[in-house]
Amino acid sequence: MARIIVVTSGKGGVGKTTTSAAIAMGLAKRGHKTAVIDFDVGLRNLDLILGCERRVVYDFINVINGEASLNQALIRDKNCNLLYILPASQTRDKDALTHEGVGKVLDELSKDFGYIVCDSPAGIEKGANLALYFADDAFVVTNPEISSVRDSDRMLGILSSKSRRAERNEEPIKEYLLLTRYDADRVKLGEMLSLEDVQEILSLELLGIIPESKSVLSASNAGIPVILDEKSEAGQAYADVVARYLGEKLPHRFIDGKQGFLRRLFGGRK
Amino acid sequence: MANTSPTLEFKSSTFFAPILILYTNDMIAIEQTLYEKINLAPDFFKDSPLMIDLRELNKLNLDLDFAQLAQLLRRVGFFPVGIRGGNEQQNKQARVLSLPIDTVRELGNPIIIGETQKQESTQQPLTQPEVAAIKEPKEPVQPAAIPPVSATTILVTQPIRSGQRIYASGDLIILSQVSAGAEIMAEGNIHVYNTLRGRALAGVHGNTAARIFCFDLQAELISIAGDYKTSEDLNKQTYNSPVQIYLQNHALIIKEIA
Repeated sequence: MARIIVVTSGKGGVGKTTTSAAIAMGLAKRGHKTAVIDFDVGLRNLDLILGCERRVVYDFINVINGEASLNQALIRDKNCNLLYILPASQTRDKDALTHEGVGKVLDELSKDFGYIVCDSPAGIEKGANLALYFADDAFVVTNPEISSVRDSDRMLGILSSKSRRAERNEEPIKEYLLLTRYDADRVKLGEMLSLEDVQEILSLELLGIIPESKSVLSASNAGIPVILDEKSEAGQAYADVVARYLGEKLPHRFIDGKQGFLRRLFGGRK
Repeated sequence: MANTSPTLEFKSSTFFAPILILYTNDMIAIEQTLYEKINLAPDFFKDSPLMIDLRELNKLNLDLDFAQLAQLLRRVGFFPVGIRGGNEQQNKQARVLSLPIDTVRELGNPIIIGETQKQESTQQPLTQPEVAAIKEPKEPVQPAAIPPVSATTILVTQPIRSGQRIYASGDLIILSQVSAGAEIMAEGNIHVYNTLRGRALAGVHGNTAARIFCFDLQAELISIAGDYKTSEDLNKQTYNSPVQIYLQNHALIIKEIA
């Protein structure tokens, strides 16, 4: 049985798709057969971030409607042959997603995948609700700003009450915090919420801090998940996230910002 | 305040109404049973508002002619005031008939919800026959009027997140934080042994003796028996402190507890 991960946030633009692409690639790179599903029907983006937009023939909705088989719709990643992408439909909207349809696709994928990553759309409507409904684990992607934290909190409430696990009274979804676009320098200046500020409100297990990094945008534009850019801080941070999720104990990095050349020379001052 | 009399005012309040749980869609059987029940306590049910609960019916996948039911209820002397537990289609029908849709108990934690509802539906009509159909929360309530049976304490251990609502027919004890945007309500007292950032409403049925206790007051709104204060009106001195809140001559008193 596959472990189903939902990447969610409530708020838009915080890095859900970037995170979905990065962790799916990270899990596949570590030898786990992984599928990543774009639930953002009508605003298809995941294929762009993973650089497979020119190979999309069939999509998630086609599979739900029985117009294509799962094998026809799944796209194998060109960088890692254990990673498969199920793209969203661009010509439909969220109403095309059905409860039974999504359940059936996930059941079928569960048979021969180790992990299924569900890239949730923003909002708390049908697409987002279906993306989280079947999940075992939730990666709550949050930016260090107050509206994102508030929306994440709302999402956590939905995770604990509207999922299949909640409805069946099973063990609740395991919730993890992923703090993205974190700029330690701006935190120091008081312009951005700190990790402690965010944790005071959300109090979740922290899976990692992804520092604000130029490499994220260039990786997205190039269609290569940022986790493959091993030199970038964001790439390393995502690699840490995957390792921690798989049970490795790693110290958290990027909380205090860059250890600049001068600072290293004269000793860091807090 | 004496010089200017406002045109109107909104107050948070709740009122008492029996709930009708349907287990069948057989109109003839429903009508017959209703008459039998009414004959047992004609004064209690006369002109009573009535909430229609459809959950059991929907569990059995039974269809219902709503307009016919509403007509039937009015004929026997009830005023249907809303439905709850309806599916999408039933909610739509209810809207057409101008019946409000109650969702208060459906948003929070399902376990807690189940408990409160069971209790209300089975106990209220039996234990409160002397209470008039609508209880004004502004009236001073005699301690005797508060039924001892409904004082079931609810304990919540998980965090209450933004957007969640919890309702307790007795006291409400919460061990985790209550996030901004969450709403906790109790007919009795509210205890929050953590940070209270959301809205807390105690004594929602008019119990002016109800109190709110919390470890760290950062609430958006606090209310006891309909008298409320928003965070803007909260004293800076008691903010971020462990406090108890109670009502004294219609004024909310916030007092630090050491």
